[in-house]
Amino acid sequence: MDKGLKKFSGSQLVVPLFALFLLIVFNLIRDVGFFSINIITNNDGNTVLSGNIISIINGASELAILAIGMTLVTSATKGQDISVGAAAAIAGSVFVSVLRGTQITLPIILGAFLACCIVAIIFGSFNGTLVAAFKIQPMIATLILFSAGRSIAYWINGGATPTVSSPLLVAIGGFIPGFPIPTPIIIMIMFVVLIWLVLKFTNLGLFTQVVGINEKSARLNGINTAWTKLLSFIILGVCVAISGVINVCRIGLINHETILIDIEMDAILAVAIGGNSLGGGKFNLTGSVIGAFIIQALTVTLYAMKVPSTAVKAYKAIVIIAIVIISSPIVKEYALQLRDKLLKKPTKIMEN
Amino acid sequence: MQNDIVLSMRNICKTFPGVRALQNVEFTLRKGEVHALMGENGAGKSTLVKVLTGVFPKDSGQIHIAGINKDVTVKSPQDAQNLGISTVYQEITLCPNLTVAENMFIGRGNYKFVNWRSMEKRTTEILTKLDIPARAAQQLSACSLAVQQMVAIARAVDMDCKVLILDEPTSSLDEHEVEKLFSLMRELKSRGVGIIFITHFLEQVYEICDRITVLRNGEFVGEYETKDLPRVQLISKMMGKELDDISALQNRKAVKAKSDNTPVYEAIGLSSAENTKAFDFKINKGEVNGFTGLLGSGRSESVRAIFGADKITSGRVMVNGKNVKIKNPKDAMMHGIGYLPEDRKRDGIVEDLSVRENIILALQVMKGFFKPFSKAEAEAFADKYIKLLGIKTASSDTPIKQLSGGNQQKAILARWLLTNPKYLILDEPTRGIDIGTKVDIQKLVLKLAEDGVSVTFISSEIEEMLRTCSRLIVMRDRKIVGELKGEDMTQAKIMHTIAGEAAQNG
Repeated sequence: MDKGLKKFSGSQLVVPLFALFLLIVFNLIRDVGFFSINIITNNDGNTVLSGNIISIINGASELAILAIGMTLVTSATKGQDISVGAAAAIAGSVFVSVLRGTQITLPIILGAFLACCIVAIIFGSFNGTLVAAFKIQPMIATLILFSAGRSIAYWINGGATPTVSSPLLVAIGGFIPGFPIPTPIIIMIMFVVLIWLVLKFTNLGLFTQVVGINEKSARLNGINTAWTKLLSFIILGVCVAISGVINVCRIGLINHETILIDIEMDAILAVAIGGNSLGGGKFNLTGSVIGAFIIQALTVTLYAMKVPSTAVKAYKAIVIIAIVIISSPIVKEYALQLRDKLLKKPTKIMEN
Repeated sequence: MQNDIVLSMRNICKTFPGVRALQNVEFTLRKGEVHALMGENGAGKSTLVKVLTGVFPKDSGQIHIAGINKDVTVKSPQDAQNLGISTVYQEITLCPNLTVAENMFIGRGNYKFVNWRSMEKRTTEILTKLDIPARAAQQLSACSLAVQQMVAIARAVDMDCKVLILDEPTSSLDEHEVEKLFSLMRELKSRGVGIIFITHFLEQVYEICDRITVLRNGEFVGEYETKDLPRVQLISKMMGKELDDISALQNRKAVKAKSDNTPVYEAIGLSSAENTKAFDFKINKGEVNGFTGLLGSGRSESVRAIFGADKITSGRVMVNGKNVKIKNPKDAMMHGIGYLPEDRKRDGIVEDLSVRENIILALQVMKGFFKPFSKAEAEAFADKYIKLLGIKTASSDTPIKQLSGGNQQKAILARWLLTNPKYLILDEPTRGIDIGTKVDIQKLVLKLAEDGVSVTFISSEIEEMLRTCSRLIVMRDRKIVGELKGEDMTQAKIMHTIAGEAAQNG
């Protein structure tokens, strides 16, 4: 048991899990009923689960999906894609423009999703090609789409903020009638399972990490490094498409200026909070997903404390600074020394 | 006599989680001597140096330095420098993009203003005094490796050091450069600096060192006068057993490659973007051949071209008599070629991943993206080779960066053995590793050849190649200048082949 504890306390998940735990405790002290889940009937007449915990997980869906893609890009390319928000605006606009003017049925929605997936993958490949083939730093390469993306979305939308409405879309962005859990949560869980299966049944994880840790060695072992990097951007493209569609379905319209605004920074942050190095290499997707939940839990907590929405970011920044400092190597080393001291003592007493 | 001692370490102990790195180690350094610190990889040489330079705190023991009346505790490398202990590491730790003068003075003193002129003047003085062929205003990267090494030493000496530690300074230098470094060391010696010299090259120890301290498995074996300790005894002290292995090796080489067979690998007019002249090369089944030549003669570039590691610009390649295309490492691997790169750290290991992942990597790539090994399969492969090659690691889960150099090399070797190659290229597999592992690797090469694997073996130590190879290809200025077989394979003949061509060119 001691060994297990030691292994766990050395793991990169300690800090994020501890931060999440602190957030929960803090909320419980503040308001015992904070995490209570109620069963209510919503406006559409569905019996659904409601409560802060549901809204945290629900609200974190897009972020968690993007954080997964961002982790892979970070690992393989030692850099980050800052264009995901802008790319999501494009993906969402494509989705809406396919849907508009037709009778919205399930096959049409699937077709629209496919179209927006393809577009997002094309833009992801554009970023990926710049990084993998032309060896441009990821942040610089994706800066192009970061600046241009929302303008492209504006052009697709013809300058308007078109709305789409259909019970089917509400079912995707809200609840499937008769099922009490928000659909975005289900989509997110399905995506996490899918990625888990991909990691289990392919060498995506191993090759990505090898490329991120030692590209020269990766090449000499026969790994196609450019393709591996491109692949990470393609996967992130799929993540962008899914989160763009979820967000459009949630609000029933596409506003290229505001859809998933600043989400790239939150996604990068989720990767970092999850204990992953932004310098690439080894990664842990669980950490990034937990990171996404921490960010969302923080936001919901602050709103619950009636912090004005403009001030939320400042408070978030304070908490995030704390987490990042705690997980810095210097504090970590100190903590590990402290742990060894604490773990040593009881065994000594037993020897005596 | 007692006054001559500049540094003494007594009963030094240091434990890392699970490992006793140092146990009651003694070390005494006298004024104006070059003292070799010898031992296999993992014997505790580096740990001892790191304790002395304050990188690791010691668990127990005393360090005494001349001129200080009590035991000293070295808290940090900075502290060590203030106490007059300077270290020059294997990898040069200076800034290549600064000038020689800047490198000499960077990080010294608390000045806010820099007097460039006096700095350059002072540097020029030191350089002339120590007879170092560099100019103060020259950018460091424009100097040869040996000169950079010397600048690092000059910097250390100028900081008033009493103890100079040279950790494998010669491993990337050629013979001529080593000679220059040695004359600098002799100069320092005559000024009374005590030098601790760590190296894997036995000849160098016998050329320059006065005394030898041997460590084994973190324990102190003994301190000897160099002249009283023959090489064979030194090796057996380092390994802890009598060494018949090396002479045994000689006899096994007798296995001659069967000629007239179709070569396992044949290249005609092969060249790569790395400036190799187009060359022809073939190797038969079960043959061990070598590429030799000075550093930079193109031997590594040639084998890299065979493996497709650099962009191939021309040439025809046949494997088992059939025309094939090898454009990248994966193609080569698929045709049964393995390549252990020269620079283990840069091109070989994936440092953050486990020993297991490092071992299975090449085979995994060959098997394909969609067919990962299960954890059990991977573990079985890794455990098999950890046992077979005697890789010292806590478990197959340990990150490879925590292993010593020799064990990392064995893991990379395991990576290629696992792919079951028909033709294995080993570029400097024995560089920077201890004598025991070196012998292991040479034995392994011969064993592989007996089993029908063709091997290309490259080493900077000519004796090693003479011992293992049945054919030597001599290179100079990025082209093949000769091929030696059988009787002709002597050190003198190799030198002659390299130099003879030089004379003609000149």
